[in-house]
Amino acid sequence: MFDWLHIAVPPAPLFFAQLLVGLINGAFYAMLSLGLAVIFGLLNIINFTHGAQYMLGAFCAWFLLNWLGIGYWPALIIAPLIVGVLGIVIERLLLRRIARLDHLYGLLLTFGLALIIEGIFRQQYGSSGQPYTIPSELTGARNLGFMFLPNYRAWVIVASLAICLATWFVIERTRLGAYLRAATENPVLVRAFGIDVPRMVTLTYGGGVALAALAGVMAAPIYQVSPLMGSNIIIVVFAVVVIGGMGSILGAIVSGFALGLVEGLTKVFYPEASSTVIFVIMALVLLVKPAGLFGRAA
Amino acid sequence: MTVLSLDRAKPAPIAVWLWAAGLIALALAAPHFLYPVFVMKALCMALFACAFNLLLGYVGLLSFGHAAFFGGASYITAHAAKVWGLPPELAIIAGVAAAAALGLVFGYLAIRRQGIYFAMITLAFAQMVFFFCLQAKFTGGEDGIQAVPRGHLFGFIDLNQPLVMYYFVLVVFLFGFGVIVRAINSPFGQVLKAIRENEPRAISLGYRTEQYKLLAFILSAALAGLAGSTKALVFQFASLTDVNWTMSGEVVLMTLIGGIGTILGPVVGAFLLTTMENYLAQTGSWVTIIEGIIFVICVLTFREGIVGVVAPYAMGRRAHAEPPPEAVEVEEAEVDKLRDVAGESD
Repeated sequence: MFDWLHIAVPPAPLFFAQLLVGLINGAFYAMLSLGLAVIFGLLNIINFTHGAQYMLGAFCAWFLLNWLGIGYWPALIIAPLIVGVLGIVIERLLLRRIARLDHLYGLLLTFGLALIIEGIFRQQYGSSGQPYTIPSELTGARNLGFMFLPNYRAWVIVASLAICLATWFVIERTRLGAYLRAATENPVLVRAFGIDVPRMVTLTYGGGVALAALAGVMAAPIYQVSPLMGSNIIIVVFAVVVIGGMGSILGAIVSGFALGLVEGLTKVFYPEASSTVIFVIMALVLLVKPAGLFGRAA
Repeated sequence: MTVLSLDRAKPAPIAVWLWAAGLIALALAAPHFLYPVFVMKALCMALFACAFNLLLGYVGLLSFGHAAFFGGASYITAHAAKVWGLPPELAIIAGVAAAAALGLVFGYLAIRRQGIYFAMITLAFAQMVFFFCLQAKFTGGEDGIQAVPRGHLFGFIDLNQPLVMYYFVLVVFLFGFGVIVRAINSPFGQVLKAIRENEPRAISLGYRTEQYKLLAFILSAALAGLAGSTKALVFQFASLTDVNWTMSGEVVLMTLIGGIGTILGPVVGAFLLTTMENYLAQTGSWVTIIEGIIFVICVLTFREGIVGVVAPYAMGRRAHAEPPPEAVEVEEAEVDKLRDVAGESD
């Protein structure tokens, strides 16, 4: 008679395990959509290369480990720096040329770049993933009573939260962030005050891209380092961005984590829908609040 | 931009008719000196690209999810022909109807946002369709639907003969192409162009731009579906490739390389890209890399596309009446800024 209850109430360990997976995914959604939002604010382009740059970050960590023997902790700094510098080169050489055109051209250009980067890595490494071992300091797990929490996953959640909040602090509470926000509103006026806006645009793109690479390094031990890891996640992140709206930094963070959790919960209760639930939520949000949950009408 | 358009106010220049006659003669003769399946594939892709261009070139909406209509319709047609045993014409109609219905739902939601948001939303919805096709039982998952029967058109035309199939595909293409040309040159098409150039002004003139955009979206989705359905019958196969986001990217590239907002541009782009894929099929990911490079080059230096550059000369006159695309875009950006200032919602 109450057979359906067994389906509706899954065993607690499974529940918390999926919740954890959701939280981890949410951490990456948050970091990636944060970078997208920062770049969008100043450059007015949607950086389609973001997924490829996330993948580049993971591969950088893998190269550092396998070619140079440089471990996880230095890679957390070196990989984002390398990818960030690559991003700066892209901004200087390519994106700057089309800054005055319709924003759609920025989308197309970065899409082309994503195809090139992904194609090169797929040509070299195929579609399969390369394993990246968890740093020795973070192996093992602790028992929380209701579930086992692997140390590395706990670290990813804490670190990504810290990174998101630090980014929020820099943009919303510092002088540099104030310049940034002012330039988002009116670049011409900010330039008239003697602030080098073009350089700020370059550095912002580099910074946003470095954030994607940092997420990639952190993802390397969890997901396998694969040429396809970027394109798999970037479309979901786009949906997260549409749901959250691009208006606020905090909105990007909150919606990233929240949607990761929702995805995890769906995996518990209705696994078939777990890969589509975020898109369904996007449709609902578009019906109710087209500008996004945290978005300003723009 | 629409150099080749048959403006209703003045009779079409003789050059247009000459070009049309020449191209149709070429298409009729093609299977005798080219591999018919290759030309059929190119024709399907060309119709797909033309349908996409109706939206991007004439309404200014960049859909990054047209693979959903193309691949979705090919699944429905394959299923209808194979499992339900429908004749080819009904199977294709089923595919087109499904694509149009999907276009109605996605279009209704997506036109609430513009510009890059529109692109992201369509991409996300298409990914949803992809996941559905990956998981649903009737699509056969990774295997796709294989050995789809071509059947007999109207009960007596045997499509299993390669040449008959070729001319059937050509007729389908010309029909779809004709619908698009007619739509662009109708009063409906004029309103679409007005929306592309300046939507607030079109609204102030009393046009319900939302309805026009939705109708254009459904038409574009249905014709993309027609292309996908036909392709399913040509290859007797429906697979995940056609519904993947890479297919959405490919149709953007075909249109970009041929010339956004030109009537023949998408056709030229589709033939070029299909040819390239044909030759590079054995080289693994090089197709993707080269497509990416073409994307970057086109966006940086070749935004008018092949037809956009060549057409004025082919028509025996230089384009002079239309402002260069750059000027229009700057103007649009300024309109955006004005809208920002006015605090309007998008």
